[in-house]
Amino acid sequence: MITIALSKGRIFEETLPLLAAAGITPNEDPESSRKLIIATNQDDVRLIIVRAADVPTYVQNGAADLGIAGKDVLCEHGGAGLYQPLDLKIARCRMMVAVREGFDYAGCVRSGARLKVATKYVKTAREHFAGKGMHVDLIKLYGSMELAPLVGLADAIVDLVSTGSTLRANHLVAVEEIMPISSRLVVNQAALKLKRQQIQPIIDTFAEVVHQKV
Amino acid sequence: MRHWLLPEYIEDVLPADAWRIELLRRRLLDLFHRHGYRFVIPPLLEYVESLTTGVGRDLDLLTFKVVDQISGRLMGIRSDITPQTARIDAHLLNQQGVTRLCYAGSVLRTQPSGMAQTRQPLQVGAELFGHAGIESDLEIQRLLVQALKLVGVEKPHLDFSHVAIFRALVTHAGIDPVLESDLFAALQVKDTSALAEMTAGIDKTTREALQVLPSLYGGAETLQEAQRRLPQYAEIKQALQDLRRVAHALSDMEVTVSFDLSELRGYRYHSGLVFAAYAEGWSGALALGGRYDEVGLAFGRPRPATGFSMDMRALIGMLPPIEEKRGILAPYREDAALSRKIEELRAAGEIVVVELPGHEAHRAELGCDRMLVRRGEDWEILPITQG
Repeated sequence: MITIALSKGRIFEETLPLLAAAGITPNEDPESSRKLIIATNQDDVRLIIVRAADVPTYVQNGAADLGIAGKDVLCEHGGAGLYQPLDLKIARCRMMVAVREGFDYAGCVRSGARLKVATKYVKTAREHFAGKGMHVDLIKLYGSMELAPLVGLADAIVDLVSTGSTLRANHLVAVEEIMPISSRLVVNQAALKLKRQQIQPIIDTFAEVVHQKV
Repeated sequence: MRHWLLPEYIEDVLPADAWRIELLRRRLLDLFHRHGYRFVIPPLLEYVESLTTGVGRDLDLLTFKVVDQISGRLMGIRSDITPQTARIDAHLLNQQGVTRLCYAGSVLRTQPSGMAQTRQPLQVGAELFGHAGIESDLEIQRLLVQALKLVGVEKPHLDFSHVAIFRALVTHAGIDPVLESDLFAALQVKDTSALAEMTAGIDKTTREALQVLPSLYGGAETLQEAQRRLPQYAEIKQALQDLRRVAHALSDMEVTVSFDLSELRGYRYHSGLVFAAYAEGWSGALALGGRYDEVGLAFGRPRPATGFSMDMRALIGMLPPIEEKRGILAPYREDAALSRKIEELRAAGEIVVVELPGHEAHRAELGCDRMLVRRGEDWEILPITQG
């Protein structure tokens, strides 16, 4: 039995064509079903539906053999004990630093000011600013980061930006790209050793589809 | 505050599991003993420098530290017994030939690790010092397979790699230590897209070799593929030769073998063949091992070395439970005949539990299925009737 961990929404939608190429079709749509374990047309392949941030944990501990997780989630998790053999180039966006319009971010960086930064991605933000040699105070938030600079909670935010419309609507500007984000295929290490016969064809098919698209 | 709660990732092992662990520990040590491995009991803590040099170089952040009130120096609580055996081999035994050592003891880690996600693994292992050839690697690997079977892992699987391959690529291309460590990290997670970015500025031969390395895993065909696609450096040829030889030599044992040439666990101190044991049903490695020549230098005497170790706590979690032996209940009496009978039964290996006065109501808790009953002058064993 091969178990694949996926999250609902964009990642699930964009993974369906990949699964289809590997001959795997889910028997139910997770958006309408309340089931968390979804069978597929193949008897020995099932999907489990988990929160995006939980995908690496399920795969690392062998509760799932394969999973699809954003680079943002993998950076926060640390990725220890996982293989990330394939960039699927789906669910793409960018991890950015954003500030209020008119805020002199470059000047703050030059003068070595200590900034307050609100983010859901604490580890990524810490490493980014440490790499720049900047001191920051991180404020962990769970959502609506854009609000923080507007109400004086923080000077800057670190967040995912795809079209930038939320930033614009809230009079924020992106000032720095931390890294491009896309979803990765992650594989449990023991599973790749022990179930290679079943897993390798799936990886190969995904890789083919990704290369065809580029 | 609940004072009886334990810290995170620290746990008691309760009777049934504790006894299983102890039985397996004894069997493993007996096995090692029969192979000529001498048992050592290194200290729980020692000066931090000797724990975190050589084979322990990656362990600094994992090691709990305390200040010694006698010397004022920093001491570490061991997070791995392997460096301690290397120290013992380098300095205390003074053998010029081969030294075989084995150990079983608890170690502490500041962060949970391994499948058991514990901060207190119970590490059991065997190390062989003083022989540089592949024959000693094979001895260690065979011993590991036997150890796994002994504890009840029916179909062990060994995954092999050789750190000399990556090292040869790095040396021939003159890659600086910063890039080397980034490449190492990307190889460990097979992050091919990061590797593609990192290797952009490196010469073509090395770049292609580094990019193909993460996909060089699988069965025997992997080695042929590696031979074709990796540069023909002498070190790489030798490494592939070693891997082929190991796979061939182990083919008489009931063990499946695979290769993963980007697996470089312990790269900073390993020097040759490295391996990890897996088995169906386990989500991670059951045992880790490999060759770590030269690290004895940290203790003043370079010695070739190879060995393996495993965590009994992680193993016990997945093994089928063993049937617990039921005992014989004996009443409390100051009676010479009864005492004699109890001693005889215990000498024959039976569990005899004395029921202390006033506790008849809790008899079922004692786990006995028989009891001693007086018949005239004698004591007889009768089954305990339910209810």
